[in-house]
Amino acid sequence: MEGKIKRTLIDGIIKNNLILVLAIGLCPTLAVTTSAYNGLGMGLAATFVLILSNLIVSSLRKIIPGNLRIPIFIIIIASFVTMIDYALKAYLPPLSIQLGVFVPLIVVNCGILGRAEGFAYKNPVHLSLMDGLGAGIGFTLVLFIMGTIREIFGQGIWLNIPGIFPGIKVFGSSFADSSVILFILPPGGFLTIALLMGLFNYWRKNNG
Amino acid sequence: MDNIFLIFLSAFLVNNIILMKFLGLCPFFGVSREMKTAASMGVSVIFVMTLATVITWFLYQYILMPLDLIYLRTVVFILVIASLVQFLELFFKKQLPGLYSALGIFLPLITTNCAILGVAFLNIDNNFSLISGIVFAISSGAGFLLAIVLIGSIRERLENAPIPESLKGLPISFVIAALMGLAFLGFAGFLGLSL
Repeated sequence: MEGKIKRTLIDGIIKNNLILVLAIGLCPTLAVTTSAYNGLGMGLAATFVLILSNLIVSSLRKIIPGNLRIPIFIIIIASFVTMIDYALKAYLPPLSIQLGVFVPLIVVNCGILGRAEGFAYKNPVHLSLMDGLGAGIGFTLVLFIMGTIREIFGQGIWLNIPGIFPGIKVFGSSFADSSVILFILPPGGFLTIALLMGLFNYWRKNNG
Repeated sequence: MDNIFLIFLSAFLVNNIILMKFLGLCPFFGVSREMKTAASMGVSVIFVMTLATVITWFLYQYILMPLDLIYLRTVVFILVIASLVQFLELFFKKQLPGLYSALGIFLPLITTNCAILGVAFLNIDNNFSLISGIVFAISSGAGFLLAIVLIGSIRERLENAPIPESLKGLPISFVIAALMGLAFLGFAGFLGLSL
């Protein structure tokens, strides 16, 4: 029992990592990771939707008719996406502007529908919660790492939170004039995920 | 009046929907292994994107706005797009079997293409008129077609290239996309924008 919960959680983070293994949810991964804070915000927003949609789908799995399940899943997911969209707009307006259209677009993130269909619809509530949490942590972790790499090389600082925290200077002040601007431009996003995915493949091959 | 030509140029090249805005990456990497399938996908996207834009625009302006139901837009838009795709599939099967078999599996896949929903949202966020919205949708779709055909033809040639084991498949495609994106950055000069 205890072991199964733990395994579900860890599988969600590593073995079924949405981005690095299944290559799902790539659009927000590349679009919003120009800084670590944005990546973290996007990741947590998606995690919120993942956990709650898994929870609801799993608790209603005996009532939802099989042939109508996909539209029902979509409505459940879309409701939570609307909630987090409006919550961000109200409480963290600068972050909401930064993430832009990608918050409402969580609704078409196939990873979330995939977890609802592939896991929550077939498993009990406590395991589905863990699965949502694991998938969410895995997603958030990759977004945070992407954001960290791009922010450090692109701007020379780390964890800059506009209006709250100026960020940690990683390379000293002279770097700001000659930062590798490519990393915060769109092509840098593609390059960073390519290298990250390559490294992950390499690590998995050598560690079974 | 928005400048139609400017919208076209911006959506087609400068702010290319895939390489610059990162919308619709799943089909971009998922079905770009061959140029022919890539082209079918691109054409389907232009078609559905334009239709979806028109429908969501009317829904938003004449139903959601007057009734003060803007907060329902995410739910309504995704359901409309999903039903539209299903409806088109049935329609093509009955009326245009030739086109239906050409598009094949790509039509249903479009429901989860975030570019369609993304363009519908961007139209509203940018306050486009109906005409500008349609131009925006067609040129975004054309930009998608251009990018996916380009990467499709590059990937065909990479088939036999000696690629490091860990980078095979998706990672190397990301590297290609990065290089394409760099090239597309050059178009920014068109509109007199600097980086």
